[in-house]
Amino acid sequence: MLYDFANIVVFLVLTGVLVFGTLLVGRLVRTQKPTPEKNTIYECGEPPFGSSWVRYNIRFYNIALVFLIFDVEVVCLFPVILVLQHFKLISRTLMLVAVGEVAFFVVVLVIALIYAWHKGALDWLRAPESPYSVEESHNPE
Amino acid sequence: MRELIEYLLTHVPLLTKVPSIFVYAVFILIGAGVVLGYISVMVIIWVYLERKVAGHIQARYGPMRVGPHGILQTIADAIKLFMKEDIIIPTSHKVLFIIAPFLVFFGAFAPFVVLPYSESLYLSKMNVGVFYLLALTAFEVIGIIMAGWGSNNKWALYGGMRHAAQMICYELPMGISVLTVVVFTGSLTLHGITNAQGWLPWQWFISPLKSPFTFIAGFVFYIAGLAATKRVPFDLPEAESELVAGYHAEYSGMRFAFFFLAEYTAMYLVCAVTSLLFLGGWNGPLPRAQGWLGNLLGLINVLSKTYFLLFVMLWLRWTLPRLRIDQLLSTSLKYLLPISLGALLGAAIQSAIF
Repeated sequence: MLYDFANIVVFLVLTGVLVFGTLLVGRLVRTQKPTPEKNTIYECGEPPFGSSWVRYNIRFYNIALVFLIFDVEVVCLFPVILVLQHFKLISRTLMLVAVGEVAFFVVVLVIALIYAWHKGALDWLRAPESPYSVEESHNPE
Repeated sequence: MRELIEYLLTHVPLLTKVPSIFVYAVFILIGAGVVLGYISVMVIIWVYLERKVAGHIQARYGPMRVGPHGILQTIADAIKLFMKEDIIIPTSHKVLFIIAPFLVFFGAFAPFVVLPYSESLYLSKMNVGVFYLLALTAFEVIGIIMAGWGSNNKWALYGGMRHAAQMICYELPMGISVLTVVVFTGSLTLHGITNAQGWLPWQWFISPLKSPFTFIAGFVFYIAGLAATKRVPFDLPEAESELVAGYHAEYSGMRFAFFFLAEYTAMYLVCAVTSLLFLGGWNGPLPRAQGWLGNLLGLINVLSKTYFLLFVMLWLRWTLPRLRIDQLLSTSLKYLLPISLGALLGAAIQSAIF
């Protein structure tokens, strides 16, 4: 166990050394002549306007919510699925019960998926009749 | 690796005199260095091959000028990137901008801790193997969002957010198709999963004779892997013709090189994991043998399958057009997710009945 974590820590240190070490060594050979033009943001040659740290499209948030539900599902399924074969060695009934539980869990989440699908949470381009319609966003305030 | 260290500790009298933790540290460092070196060299060769294959698929030559048939092209590119000026835009968020390449790079390299190259060529046989692998790839998402946001560039922000959305969407079918395999193996280590498959092609998990559900899961895993490494047809985050370069638009020189390296490492990782989980890994077409010969044959088996899958990635790149973002997300959430859930349920029922 400790050995495995030692491996990960060594990888963390080694990648860190590689990334920042290379940049440090590169400082000796590379040119460094900043000009105002180089230090502007690249926006296809136009002078950049405004900051890009703005409020962002809500649709990404929706996708992240759907992801959260199913990722938790995957994480919860991992321990159960892992012991299925061990249950099979103990008794067939135990395994059938476990599979039934897995099936129940998955079916409940599939219902959630169908609900989200029906509500249009999975659609990138919303149909106009959905509750978050285009007309609402055009309110004159 | 661990067995090797323990063997050396008990059999080499010189090593028993120094503290064992020191020996462990040195050998782990050597192992990790070998893996990092292998991947870096592999990327250099693979980038050259990719450009050559891309050229020949389009009936042109690809790189020809640097060295005979352009074999030194990638090395020249690497040297050029090394010498390039390192620009950090004054208006960017400096901390995020500097940390992002490191996080992406670490997220691409850390899964190699659990990746075996043959039966006894591996760094660590962690009992959470595949789970660790799936978890560590999430580092890349964080790094990419940091790069996109930290650059203070609209294109970078678009690219970063698109990539984050794409990666989290395709992580779901990926995780579920791994679970489909775990149903039959009862083990999360890549060793356990590979050894659960037999020596012949129809005993591998990709074969419909072994189980039709892992057959489906294999394809789902590979497609999701394509999307997670943002290869065509899922290359929306960097779509050269729409966003200038995606989340690394503001990165120059070596900082960009690390993103590039991480991307190719992730490609290799997806192909290697697919070959281990579904294509039998070292249980290959080559005959079984004992000792170092067996390891060599196993290594050749794993590498040939991995490189074949990498070649398929190139092939797809010049065959399929790019998807739209709504098609991309609906491919994942409306098709791959229900298919992989169905395959998981089917696999559980199959293993319960037979």
